[in-house]
Amino acid sequence: MARVFAGLGLSLVLFFLILPTLIVISMSVGTSSYIAFPPEGFTFKWYAQYFQDPDWMAATWFSLRIAGITTLAATVIGTLAAIALVRGCLPGKEFVQAVTIAPLVVPHIVVAVALYLTFAPLGLTGNLYGFVIAHTMLAVPYVVITVGAALQRFDPALELAALNCGATRLQAFFHVVLPNILPGVAAGGVFAFLASFDEATVAFFISGIEGKTITRKMFEDIDFNLTPVIAAVSTVLTLVSLALMGTIEIARRRNEANSDG
Amino acid sequence: MHGASVSLRELDKRYGRVQAVDQVAIDIRPGEFLSLLGPSGSGKTTLLMMVAGFEQPDSGVIWVGDRDITHVAPNRRDIGMVFQRYALFPHMTIAKNIAFPLRMRRFSKEMMSRAVANALELVQLEGFETRLPSQLSGGQQQRVAVARALVFKPPLLLMDEPLGALDKKLREQMQIEIKRLQQSLGITVIYVTHDQEEALTMSDRIAVMREGHLEQIGSPTELYDAPATAFVADFIGKMNFLDGECLRHDARCFEVAISRSGTIVLDSGSHPLVTSPQRGARVRLAVRPERIELVPYGSQNLNGLVEAVIFVGSSHTFLVRLAGGELLHVQCQASRAGNSLCEGDRVGISIPSNSVLVFPQMEC
Amino acid sequence: MPENPVLRRRIRGRPLSAGGYGTTASLVLVSPLILLLVSAFAYPVGRLLWNSVFTPEPTLAHYARIIAEPLYLIVLWRTFEIAFIVTALAFLLGYPVAYAMARVQGRRAILVAACVLVPLWTSVLVRSYAWIVLLQRNGIVNTVVQEMGLSKAPLQLLYTEGAVILAMTHVLLPFMVLPIYSTLRNIPDEFAKAARNLGASAPQAFLRITFPLSLPGAAAGTLITFILALGFYITPALVGGPSTLMMSTLIAQQTTELLDWPFAGALSAILLVSTLLLAALYRRALSFSKGFSNG
Repeated sequence: MARVFAGLGLSLVLFFLILPTLIVISMSVGTSSYIAFPPEGFTFKWYAQYFQDPDWMAATWFSLRIAGITTLAATVIGTLAAIALVRGCLPGKEFVQAVTIAPLVVPHIVVAVALYLTFAPLGLTGNLYGFVIAHTMLAVPYVVITVGAALQRFDPALELAALNCGATRLQAFFHVVLPNILPGVAAGGVFAFLASFDEATVAFFISGIEGKTITRKMFEDIDFNLTPVIAAVSTVLTLVSLALMGTIEIARRRNEANSDG
Repeated sequence: MHGASVSLRELDKRYGRVQAVDQVAIDIRPGEFLSLLGPSGSGKTTLLMMVAGFEQPDSGVIWVGDRDITHVAPNRRDIGMVFQRYALFPHMTIAKNIAFPLRMRRFSKEMMSRAVANALELVQLEGFETRLPSQLSGGQQQRVAVARALVFKPPLLLMDEPLGALDKKLREQMQIEIKRLQQSLGITVIYVTHDQEEALTMSDRIAVMREGHLEQIGSPTELYDAPATAFVADFIGKMNFLDGECLRHDARCFEVAISRSGTIVLDSGSHPLVTSPQRGARVRLAVRPERIELVPYGSQNLNGLVEAVIFVGSSHTFLVRLAGGELLHVQCQASRAGNSLCEGDRVGISIPSNSVLVFPQMEC
Repeated sequence: MPENPVLRRRIRGRPLSAGGYGTTASLVLVSPLILLLVSAFAYPVGRLLWNSVFTPEPTLAHYARIIAEPLYLIVLWRTFEIAFIVTALAFLLGYPVAYAMARVQGRRAILVAACVLVPLWTSVLVRSYAWIVLLQRNGIVNTVVQEMGLSKAPLQLLYTEGAVILAMTHVLLPFMVLPIYSTLRNIPDEFAKAARNLGASAPQAFLRITFPLSLPGAAAGTLITFILALGFYITPALVGGPSTLMMSTLIAQQTTELLDWPFAGALSAILLVSTLLLAALYRRALSFSKGFSNG
């Protein structure tokens, strides 16, 4: 009896967790133009509207460009820093580590307001470079954490072995270290991409009328103009996230299963 | 391939307040198999890391052949090394692993594939080229590591407890293989181990390390028969120690009282006297289990009670408790008489003078 | 001498001279990150806080205003109150989910994991939007309530404190579940079995063995949830209304509508200090925060 109750309670919580996602997806293919549930009919017209609307497309491309450059920058900067933090001899290492994850801890509203205050006079609001700088800063901790974890699992003897075999430091890194921490670097890159692409708070403050991210556009439309197009955009965003994170999760589990066996 | 001589001159290394390596000087002959033997933390691995170039000595010089390599980068030393857990590159096939040192040396494709084939033949792993390290057994991985370390024909091979991860049977087989390989190539080997049996089996000479300094260096038989210190005596092979007080010591005879258990009288001239104690000095006597004889009770000054009989195939080991509480291990060939002894039997203990070593007691 | 545990720790602290990277190399490697954090994080945040004390001249007037005006004290109080309720709810709902995630096997395990991870990987914006859809006047919840005859007129659900709490609990629940899950997963099932074998009932085995062992994860999850809830912006901004103003929405209002930067700086400082104090309280907990949305 207790088990049945426990199972029922658990199912309710799980339903609570998954319900919003299901609502959004089902609404995006419903025919009615106001929000109704259960949705009537089946249509892709909201998706068509999304893909034909120049404003939505401009915001989407802007976000994709920001996320792409951010991924590259954050992955390179974060990987270099992770190497120094895990394998290096750094004065004040713990302080640097604490500072590195600070952007994760400090409330994004504070960062957003602060960035707006600094960026606005420099003309960096609504601007690709401004976004790349801000988002790289927000995304880099994820790269440092994932690559750092991969480096911690990496056996330093492999690098010594490469040096012993005649490789220079640089050769040892590219031939031996990097191939072995590559899953971690790739995961860090995906995290960085999503940290930028899904980022809403900072984007809300440093967007401009011209340079507007997809999240800022969504925020505006949710506030003023609640149409099912938002459901379609939301579904697209969600599918992108799920596809990327799902890939990483599956790779991680497979990796774990391999190292267990 | 010819081995190089190696000369370690007064090497020193500190980590904070710990003296990891303390004024170690060793000369190794070309083609010699030298083991660095010692317990954990004795400095043997640090010493090896210095030769490989992964640690910088605080002072001292390292020569390989006529080359001073003390300040040479590890990748320019041309020294082969087999790591503790092999350190095979997990993302490269066996062939790529073995070819790696050649690739770094910009060998041509044909030369590389020929050298890899030779190296694989050397360790009897032909046909494993395209496998990944994870698809090989521990023993096979070990051989790949050896092949990778030898493929660029270094004059010196370093091995850092290379057999530690293998089970006993495989370990013994690999010991013989490595030894055979070393002899046929004539390469110089420095071999780190904490397993004294392994060191005895394989080495031309053994350097026993303790707390950073070199305790003794010598051939296996020298170390076994004539250990310089009680530490070496204890570390190499099995050894019984008896603490006692010197009662008499003159030109003819040396008498030691073993607490309440009795006395031992030794011929002054006939045993290797490590120390020359005065009357009243506390001494530590050392004797190998196989050198003690069990004789009928009462025929000797020293008597004991058989506490346990352990059959180990080729021999019996008797644990004999003396009256003063000391426990002696006595080893007898299985075929020998006296094997009819059982637990609880009283026995006399005969120790030939020439098999007793005498150390000062404070040392341990 | 890597065999010696005592020495090993000593050596790990100061890396092998050749095995690790030297001081100069390490500094070169971290310098891009430091440059980025200083220019895009430390400097802007520092400037915001500086403004709160030195505009127009050195003054604590902006801080005094927070204490003097009841409205701001109410907002501060409400922020902590909502964060506390959200954290408590997330713990009550999240612990069983984490437990199930750690113990259930096979297909069901995938289902449970999906229910936790899918929302985590969905944009906070999307999830807030979903709650608007659910809670608005002609939304799904109201439709159900009316059809069941529980209420004649549609209820005002959106823009209430309840809506904010509900949506934030949903958004933050995965951050509670995952740390608890990861500690629970590392507690061998044998412990509870041993306790049962020694005479404990199932609830006793859980309360005396499993639960105490899972406390580090619970503490981490609670702290992360609370910290995130304190500074949350997107969800309160969309789901909440004027009557549910929180610190984050108040800061936004001061900057976008009133352009009162010094006062926004003072509010930010209070939010920041509260967060950092909590973070310092359990620094280790932060290593768990692998998630995404910091609304």
